[in-house]
Amino acid sequence: MTIALAIEQLLNGLQLGVMLFLMAAGLTLIFGVMGLINLAHGSLYMVGAFACATIAAWTGSFWLGLVASLAAAAAAGAIIELTVIRRLYDRDHLDQVLATFALILIFSEGTRWIFGSFPLYLDIPPLLQGAVALPGGAEYPLYRLAIIAVGAAVAIGLYLLISKTRLGMRIRAGESDREMIGALGVDIRTLYTIVFALGSALAGFAGAMVGALQSVQVGMGEPVLILAFVVIVIGGIGSIKGALIGAILVGVVDTLGRFLLPQILAILLPPAQAGLMGGALASMLIYIVMAVILAVKPRGLFTAHG
Amino acid sequence: MKNLLSAAVIGLGIAATGQAAAEPLKIGMITTLSGGGAGLGMDTRDGFMLAIKQAGNKDIEVITEDDGQKPELAVQIADKMIQSDQVDILTGIVWSNLLMAVAPSAVAQGKFYVSTNAAPAALAGEKCNPLYFNAAYQNDNLHEAMGEYANKDYKKMFIMAPNYPAGKDSLTGFKRYYKGEVAAEVYTQVGQTDYAAEIAQIRASGADGVFIFLPGGMGIAFMKQYSQSGVKTPVMGPGFSFSQDVLPAIGDAALGVKNSGQWAKDLDNEANKKFVPAFQAEYGRLPSIYAVQAYDAAQLILSAAAKADVKDTEAFRAELLKADIQSPRGKFKFNTNQHPIQDIYVAEVIKEDGVLTNKIIAPVFTDHGDAYAKDCKM
Repeated sequence: MTIALAIEQLLNGLQLGVMLFLMAAGLTLIFGVMGLINLAHGSLYMVGAFACATIAAWTGSFWLGLVASLAAAAAAGAIIELTVIRRLYDRDHLDQVLATFALILIFSEGTRWIFGSFPLYLDIPPLLQGAVALPGGAEYPLYRLAIIAVGAAVAIGLYLLISKTRLGMRIRAGESDREMIGALGVDIRTLYTIVFALGSALAGFAGAMVGALQSVQVGMGEPVLILAFVVIVIGGIGSIKGALIGAILVGVVDTLGRFLLPQILAILLPPAQAGLMGGALASMLIYIVMAVILAVKPRGLFTAHG
Repeated sequence: MKNLLSAAVIGLGIAATGQAAAEPLKIGMITTLSGGGAGLGMDTRDGFMLAIKQAGNKDIEVITEDDGQKPELAVQIADKMIQSDQVDILTGIVWSNLLMAVAPSAVAQGKFYVSTNAAPAALAGEKCNPLYFNAAYQNDNLHEAMGEYANKDYKKMFIMAPNYPAGKDSLTGFKRYYKGEVAAEVYTQVGQTDYAAEIAQIRASGADGVFIFLPGGMGIAFMKQYSQSGVKTPVMGPGFSFSQDVLPAIGDAALGVKNSGQWAKDLDNEANKKFVPAFQAEYGRLPSIYAVQAYDAAQLILSAAAKADVKDTEAFRAELLKADIQSPRGKFKFNTNQHPIQDIYVAEVIKEDGVLTNKIIAPVFTDHGDAYAKDCKM
């Protein structure tokens, strides 16, 4: 294995991790602040991707599409918070899971009804097309580097928002004791709507960014949702820092597993079998990592509630 | 999820030839109309219904239900269709794993199954059944054709498929005919959406060609990412990854890709010249390979129903076997295992009036059957 290949694969892992972070940050924020399990988070990711693809097709500009994805996902998030989610805070987790699962079905079939079953076209903006040379002789797609940069910017932005602003203070207070901050005169209902819309916007943004790399189609959010849940369970539910570390861990482990396991097995087995076995093991790897981490630290790497 | 999508009784009556049954012939179509694979199911349904509509036979009733690409749901629907709807023929399943859950038990209960797409090796070989027909191909066929085609210009191929039965059949089929060196054989996760790790391996492998079998959204994701990666190694694959349902979503990244198929839009025969515009007029889009396969499945059923009563299993089967249809594929007949013998071509993705589509460049196999027919004892 050459250095160039190793660098490329590490970057791939990092990029997958950053993308998962955008999903997991919203999910963990919503869980941390409101105690709500939101299965429909993957649907908001899909809403973002469809909004971006539609606006990009209309206007010819990916950047307007990206803005539209933020707006559409935030609006969709705010609307479902006001109409459905708001009624679920006092219910137990089973009710929340059922209601948000229903939202997945409504979003999926609604999207199919509007856009049809065929995948939409969304391409990378011309500015970010192509590959750049890396030290060591590797080439790497510019767009993936941009995703890494954007993810890092979002991580820093979220850190500043939560630790330095008044809104962040209220979010932290809401995590610790929601009755108390209500009693102190903070409009907790509005706060919840804002947090939910923020988490939704992050998911929609991730959907739009990834939509340009993958296919924009109904049901695209659910596989990512599962990974995002793995991330927040590893990272510690409610912790943004945990989501970041967990996401990068999952991204790197998954990428390197897919790449290295078949090669390691190929030392022992014929290539065709090594490919099959390695592929099967690689798809289990992140769940094995999750199980090991939970065995050692049952509440995840970073627990938000001390 | 169990939504009855349509229960269609079609058409104006014509005086059916021969012994038209007093009771209508009931066909149960189970296909994927929701989820990521819905595009394939919709083309299947629409191709099938086009043939039914063109025939205008009022004695044929088609009940359609959505399996959501879930085997357990497909089994439930099949049970319901057989027991309470009392269908005579089942059809429509897109995916091999769903077919394996439904078809063997349906034929065991004395129902015909005419497959519009899925064609696992098991049902073509030892477990073949007199009541099971496949109107599409055998799963390995298009991969075999690519293997044969690759012999011409490629010395070292990187081959890749998802880790599930059809994926394994794919790479097995490819290697059955490919004589060159295999640089690497990679199995990805089913439904995988990010191929960065695999593309890095392709770059490092030194292969002079890449063969992929990544149907639906997987292929779209791969091709878009591949075109951005700076890797220039040519890509080829079976027609599924580059059929009319996915090409618009891949965009120009698909241009020039070689892919195999038993049909293409520009195939020069009378039936095809009628089929393509008729499909376009009815549904406002170009047909895909799935639509053609379903169209032929419906034609086969119609041709048999015109001459025999479905309740008379032997007679109906004999009529089906004759394959007395005008297929848009041109030549079409059944092998001893009731899978097609047909020509297979290699096509290239081109842009025509701003629309991406396939153009045939060379025939690869003539009158091609499959490797499993010899194991089928009927």
